[in-house]
Amino acid sequence: MSPKPAARRALVRSVPKSPTGIQGLDEITGGGLPRGRPTLICGGPGCGKTILSLEFLINGARQFGEPGVFLSFEETVEDLMLNLASLGFDPRSLLARKQLSLDYVRVEPDEIQETGTYDLDGLFIRLGHAIDSIGAKRVVLDTIETLFSGLSQTRLLRAELRRLFTWLRTKGVTAVVTGERGNGGMTRHGLEEYITDCVILLDHRVNEQNATRRLRVVKYRGSTHGANESPFFIDESGISVLPIASLGLQHRAFPGRVSTGVKDLDEMLGGKGYLRGSSILVSGGAGTGKTSLAGYFAGAACRRGESSLYFAFEESAAQIVRNLRSIDLDLQPWLRKGLLRVHAARPTTSGLEGHLSAMHRLIEETRPRVVVVDPISNLIAVGTSIEVKAMLARLIDFMKVRQVTALFTSLTIDEGHPEGTDVGISSFMDTWLVLRNVEANGERIRRLNVLKSRGMPHSNQVREFVLTGHGMKLLDVVRHQGRVLVGSERVAHVGGGAVAARRTARRSARR
Amino acid sequence: MSPKSARRPRIPRKAPATPGFFDLRLYVAGQTARSLAALANLKRICDEHLEGRYRIEVIDLLEHPQLARGDQILALPTLVRKLPQPIRKLVGDLSDTERALVGLDLRPRAPGKS
Repeated sequence: MSPKPAARRALVRSVPKSPTGIQGLDEITGGGLPRGRPTLICGGPGCGKTILSLEFLINGARQFGEPGVFLSFEETVEDLMLNLASLGFDPRSLLARKQLSLDYVRVEPDEIQETGTYDLDGLFIRLGHAIDSIGAKRVVLDTIETLFSGLSQTRLLRAELRRLFTWLRTKGVTAVVTGERGNGGMTRHGLEEYITDCVILLDHRVNEQNATRRLRVVKYRGSTHGANESPFFIDESGISVLPIASLGLQHRAFPGRVSTGVKDLDEMLGGKGYLRGSSILVSGGAGTGKTSLAGYFAGAACRRGESSLYFAFEESAAQIVRNLRSIDLDLQPWLRKGLLRVHAARPTTSGLEGHLSAMHRLIEETRPRVVVVDPISNLIAVGTSIEVKAMLARLIDFMKVRQVTALFTSLTIDEGHPEGTDVGISSFMDTWLVLRNVEANGERIRRLNVLKSRGMPHSNQVREFVLTGHGMKLLDVVRHQGRVLVGSERVAHVGGGAVAARRTARRSARR
Repeated sequence: MSPKSARRPRIPRKAPATPGFFDLRLYVAGQTARSLAALANLKRICDEHLEGRYRIEVIDLLEHPQLARGDQILALPTLVRKLPQPIRKLVGDLSDTERALVGLDLRPRAPGKS
């Protein structure tokens, strides 16, 4: 089990892999499943074993030029075709071009009477014939343990299965063998004893009424792999695994800037606004103006003629439009023109994976230049923090690759410590704006500061701002009659003294 | 539930055969000792119980691998009773005569099983 360290390192480099083509899974496994060897995929009923293995075959045939054989012990060929159709695959052309072979092995316990010794050569011959007739490089056996229901000589069967897996290795095919999770073991009949090269565990659990799917690489002989549980989801385009820790940071950095929609704020950000293709977090307590900032951002994109997509998890499209009108922002024309799309949904209407897949799909379909998620914190309601993090990481990755500039709002519960309450998502963000309501002198004062903004000069000031019928305005922060407003120490450096009186006067005029 | 009630004929009857005629197909892989034993056991059982009303067809899957699919063959040897319907499958070398007779419906099933 534990060869010398040097030998193990050599192995790490030498294990060849077959890419699955499944988003995320190849990242976790460092390139795919062990080539020419069997991999065990196990999990409870409905955990996604069949779909994962089908996708492994389809991708192999379509993307990697490796024909595949699917031997099903549970579903008929018609059912498999339906299954594939639900994933958006039409296997007919692959079948016709001999890139794919689907076969259903029926095990009917009632029909079988055992009358003496036997072996599984029938299965070997059948599988071998299927492999040879299309030159298959990939094989799926789903779920081979069904044999135990039809044949009672367990010891004989076990020996034959061992022989089968050895035979598959000599055939040089990359095989996926699925197994149903059993009591006490990973599979009902201990397949994990025979398949030791790679074992992947799938899980489908319900967390406060919300179903989430997880995937974990239990072992991978001769290769490093991500050991964490990773959420995954299944939608019309197949499986996507969301690796939490192994995200590659390979997106290109795009030049160019996009306006925040607020002239004064653009100035705080080096005079030009956000970076194109960056992610922006706007956090703050209730009523601090997060949605307003999001609205200005989306509105500015529409004015430039860029399409924007607004995910609203708190308000309906109509509410947002009505509320933003009060601060001199009319989104209605853009909605009518189709330049702005609002996707409003209650966070609890579907599980986290449901939201993720809906968001991915909408972004794929509408190809926006600008995306708003308002607020991201409401999604915490449907997942644990680590899931939200993983989901966000994947979403950000997805958008960066497409050069989409994305703004996320986040409701801060504890206004005293905004840094601590944002589910640790801030590290994914390029720009972080913090909004705060401060009570002073019987007034609520709105403040804004740029906590960080990667890759650009930005103001360190904490600025006061007002939302008026004429839009959003930022005001200089001043020291007034010895009373300390925020960031007053810095005022001296920006020479605010001369304008202070004027600004103060303007402010009192507006209130 | 009786195993018979759940089953429908899956393969259409060929030419109407004499009632009680047994159409048998023995699947093997090569001339192994087990294959030969199975054939010998089958002939003995048929001669004793089905004289004059049976036919045996031996299919060597090494020569015709594509035929494994049609009759859903996994284990070898497998005897398929095509007629009379319903189809029966007997897995193994037929050395257990009692079980073979039960499988061919020449003996009633053990109580509780039917």
